[in-house]
Amino acid sequence: MHIPDGYLSPSTCGVLYAGAAGGWYTALRRLKRTLLSRVIPLVSVFAAFSFVVMMFNLPLPGGTTGHALGVTTAAIVLGPSGAILALSIAIAIQALFFGDGGISTLGANCFNMAIVASLTAYASYRLIAAGAALSSRRRVVAAAIAGYFAVNASALLAAVEFGIQPVLFHDASGTPLYAPYRLSVAVPAMMIGHLTFAGLAEAVISAGLVAYLQVADPGLLRATSGIADAITPATAPRPATSLRRLWTVIAIFMLLTPLGILAAGTAWGEWSPAQLVSAASRPDRATSPVAVVPAGLQRLSNLWTAPFPAYAPAFIRARGFGYLLSAMFGVGLLLLISLALRRILQRKQGESSA
Amino acid sequence: MRRGLVESTMLGFSRAIAHAMLSENTARQRGLLQSLDPRVRLLGLFALLLAVMLSRKLSVVAALFAVAVVIALASYVSLGALVKRVWLIVLGFTGIIALPAVFVTPGDAVASFGTMSITQQGLRTAALLLLRVETAVTFTSLLILCTPWSYVLKALRALRLPREVISILAMTYRYVFLLVDTAGQMFQSRQSRTIGIIPPDQQRHLAARTAGVLLSKSLALSNDVYLAMQSRGFRGEVQLLTDFRMRVWDYCGLILFLVAAVAAVWAGR
Repeated sequence: MHIPDGYLSPSTCGVLYAGAAGGWYTALRRLKRTLLSRVIPLVSVFAAFSFVVMMFNLPLPGGTTGHALGVTTAAIVLGPSGAILALSIAIAIQALFFGDGGISTLGANCFNMAIVASLTAYASYRLIAAGAALSSRRRVVAAAIAGYFAVNASALLAAVEFGIQPVLFHDASGTPLYAPYRLSVAVPAMMIGHLTFAGLAEAVISAGLVAYLQVADPGLLRATSGIADAITPATAPRPATSLRRLWTVIAIFMLLTPLGILAAGTAWGEWSPAQLVSAASRPDRATSPVAVVPAGLQRLSNLWTAPFPAYAPAFIRARGFGYLLSAMFGVGLLLLISLALRRILQRKQGESSA
Repeated sequence: MRRGLVESTMLGFSRAIAHAMLSENTARQRGLLQSLDPRVRLLGLFALLLAVMLSRKLSVVAALFAVAVVIALASYVSLGALVKRVWLIVLGFTGIIALPAVFVTPGDAVASFGTMSITQQGLRTAALLLLRVETAVTFTSLLILCTPWSYVLKALRALRLPREVISILAMTYRYVFLLVDTAGQMFQSRQSRTIGIIPPDQQRHLAARTAGVLLSKSLALSNDVYLAMQSRGFRGEVQLLTDFRMRVWDYCGLILFLVAAVAAVWAGR
């Protein structure tokens, strides 16, 4: 899953470096709330541990072998922030000193395998193991499922990154300049291997490690256990995480907005009056075009002109960039509304408690 | 013969150590790259890597590959090692990925085999991907092979990377070898007590147990390092010794790298 140099365009790499930088900054800030002198050896040693675990050649059912990422164990023991930094450092060491994975694609690899995988593993584990005792069998199952989800979420993201390359980056003759396969080929090709072997390897090592720790060192499972009397370490989740998680999800969706331009035609039922009468502009051949635009639709269609028609302002030629800008505008608007509502609610709560 | 968990993982460990040893040995040679300031090597090779990524023409990427080979020869990097450790591995991995593109990329057919046809666009995209990856990985490998890791870390300061990050990278690199050695010893001790073949389910248990013990040892090590840092008065401020000095030769090298990269970007646009 380590994407080498040359598979992704420089602009894709740039966007993913920016996305990864946001994750690194947030993770480092959260960890810096404790002593920095404690964080440096903890992240360093755990990164080295992840590096070594990635080299374990696990025998899998069916006679094959696979390598785990170790991201789920990191997320369970250190929490998401520690896991993001430890995995990112392990991936950087692989790229910088062992030539495994690219340097231009380091941001993409960290975004996929350190940030998205850590958050997926952590959220899945917390959700499935919620309320379970430290020694519960449910924690072992939760770790296995979390590992499986984390690796597949990461692989899906890499497949999407590959799949948008030929659509966005090709020369005049239609020759793809980077990864050559579209989403329809890239996603199944990538996911078959990960839904079977790679996901299974991560599930096996995560479940095995949690089962081992339950017996040998249960204290290490306390940090992310969600049990009220558990010792809360530096890396444990804080109350504000739900809002931050929402921000992260929004950021990921914002980055994926250019995917919308890959879909042919218009969404069903979202036709303009002109598209309603034209069969060529509608992909659903089953629905025959109407001969005349209803008068009410014609009248109402001119009632409101959107500030960013078709999700792209007129002055922006690149559709992908227009989509991103529109997404940022929309998200900004939603956040302002939600912050205003939160403030009103907080004021009301304050008044009622007084 | 099929290898089990213990044998194949130990083989991976020894390969990683051999790779690092090769880098240390090549970095001691007195070649072209070795004579330049590490910051110039880092920035220059990154600039050429960026040029490889930005170039849209096969001929320009091929020219950059030739430049990489010339730099390798002038830096006493063994072509045999490059063929074995870089080019053949990339050819195997990317070649398999690029091959179907020859058939499935839509475009002008140049040859047909029943329902399948090779397209001009398919041939071009497969060749471009393969050559681009080979060239990019060669430039990265040249940096790794010709620069001791401690110099790479110091040179990364030139890219304005935070000192804390460089400090973590330096510590991780050191502990990778310590933990590889520890895990290797654990596997070796198990191997020395094993007669016959360990069944796959027991191998999976062995992997989980080894990883678990390694995790406990890692966290104990992290605590020891933390206490050692505290005892030496560490308060979170990272100090790095940066004694690099740019000479006229280094400036010439940097200008040459940048001119080559800009020319490649311009020609390959």
